Amino acid sequence: MSLLAVEGATKRFGGLVAVDGASLTVEEGSITGLIGPNGAGKTTLFTLIAGFEAPTAGRVLFQGADITREPAHRRARLGIARTFQIVQPFAALTVCENVAVGAYLRHAARADAMAHAQAIARRVGLGSLLDQPAGSLTVAGRKRLELARALATDPKLLLLDEVLAGLNPSEIRDMIPIIRSIRDGGVTVLIVEHVMQAVMSLCERVTVLAQGRVIATGAPAEIARDPAVIEAYLGHGAAARLQSKGTAHA
Amino acid sequence: MTPRDLLPIAVVVGLLALIPLAVTANTVLNFLVFTLVIALAAQGWNLLGGYGGQFSFGHAAFFGTGAYTTAILQVAVGLNPYLGFAAGIATGAAVGFAIGSLSFRSGLRGSYFALVTLAFAEVLRILANAAAFTGGAAGKLIRLDVRPENFQFESRAVFYWIALALVAVVLVLTRAVERSRFGAQLVAVRENEAAARALGVDVLAVKLKAITLSAGITAAAGGFYAQYFLYLDATIAYGPWISVEALLAPIIGGLGTVFGPLVGAVALHGLSELTKGWTGGVPGVDLVIFGVLLIVMVAFAPSGAMGLVRRLAQRWSRPAAARDSRPETAP
Repeated sequence: MSLLAVEGATKRFGGLVAVDGASLTVEEGSITGLIGPNGAGKTTLFTLIAGFEAPTAGRVLFQGADITREPAHRRARLGIARTFQIVQPFAALTVCENVAVGAYLRHAARADAMAHAQAIARRVGLGSLLDQPAGSLTVAGRKRLELARALATDPKLLLLDEVLAGLNPSEIRDMIPIIRSIRDGGVTVLIVEHVMQAVMSLCERVTVLAQGRVIATGAPAEIARDPAVIEAYLGHGAAARLQSKGTAHA
Repeated sequence: MTPRDLLPIAVVVGLLALIPLAVTANTVLNFLVFTLVIALAAQGWNLLGGYGGQFSFGHAAFFGTGAYTTAILQVAVGLNPYLGFAAGIATGAAVGFAIGSLSFRSGLRGSYFALVTLAFAEVLRILANAAAFTGGAAGKLIRLDVRPENFQFESRAVFYWIALALVAVVLVLTRAVERSRFGAQLVAVRENEAAARALGVDVLAVKLKAITLSAGITAAAGGFYAQYFLYLDATIAYGPWISVEALLAPIIGGLGTVFGPLVGAVALHGLSELTKGWTGGVPGVDLVIFGVLLIVMVAFAPSGAMGLVRRLAQRWSRPAAARDSRPETAP
């Protein structure tokens, strides 16, 4: 049984079909990638999984149980945590207090929550900024804060929405081992990402979404060779042109 | 909560408790009791507005409900005033829960929530002005019967101490909320609802809890007001004046701080009394002062007097506090 299974999820916004019968599974202990060109419906599918939107059709299963109708906060209690593509810090609070809001989910007492929050903040490299207001953090700091807050809820499944977007190459290099260490700590990760270098090195399996539909699923190397995927990214006929030039494996 | 959390409260309340020993003039005590009533109403507002970020323009709904319940139960039913006072708090909290359920469940936020609360308070004012059991436009008079067991006292100092005790209880309560999971979740809701939901915060439940608690506290101010002045009408109980007072004090004093409402109420009313004295009581001069003070605070100290104090304290304690805010590199 997969930790997470999405079965035929569809989301319509008026006349627009953002996600169209998409299915995907995330195996326990894996890092699974969700990629696709801009406007493919990745973030929408993400919000369906996190419970921020209800699907028009289809089901979301977590540990085998149907959670399609569960609101977001209850999914967090079940063990699904998410980060936001556009970072959403509690700007007036310190880094530690931000993370503590997540920690309070499983630690009722203030002292426990604060201790847990500090430990988590150190784990993602925010140890020296605990008392800084979150509003004063750099982009890289805010991305880490997103990660720390989600992690502080002790999730079973962590949904990362473009945590590497907006970071420079050296910051990305710093972030990748953190994500890997989270998985090694027993948290399953589903990651939406545009930074292909990161997807290829982190993910065991990748699902590709284009125009709301799943067009491929497999290991990163297979995906990179898949003609349907290449066409989705580079346009119709691109795969054939690349093939003829012999550069498809680049 | 640690003893360190409670020490400032104990000091402030202790000092305030000494005032009636030094000052016995009834006008001064009158002024102080009234200021404490405003502070109490404002403390209620601050829990919802300051900590929870839900700006209500209609806390009169709770103040008036507390006041009318306290008055009507003893006049019409003959209930003991202390029990009436407790019932007033409970009814006010219930009205808070009801208004909260209706508006938060429909997802009203920001200015929409503010307008809806204003409307609820106005509807209650009009109803209270029309209904027979509230005394209608003639108002409700509580019979003068000065006995301690009747919640009426010869000495204004006793009223002052009771009001101070109520304010003190709410100071401690506010501090406890600040240090609790509920408080952290409430502030998280204020800062960012979506992020709070993602972290497992039941936003609706947190808001409902906050408005119920907030309404109960402001209702206590109303009940005490009725018992002190022994007269109510719809404009006093449900009028916009108290809604404005309840939100001005925390904004001036410091939103989402334990002492903000008390500091704000004392500053506002202290200043307006002083100017009344200087100008020989020009009508409306206190309102001018309110307005000027509000503009000055919003422009120069948006986090209120408490924020100003904190900023100055920080500048004093660590002059070179500009620390590097870059995250460390990965382990």
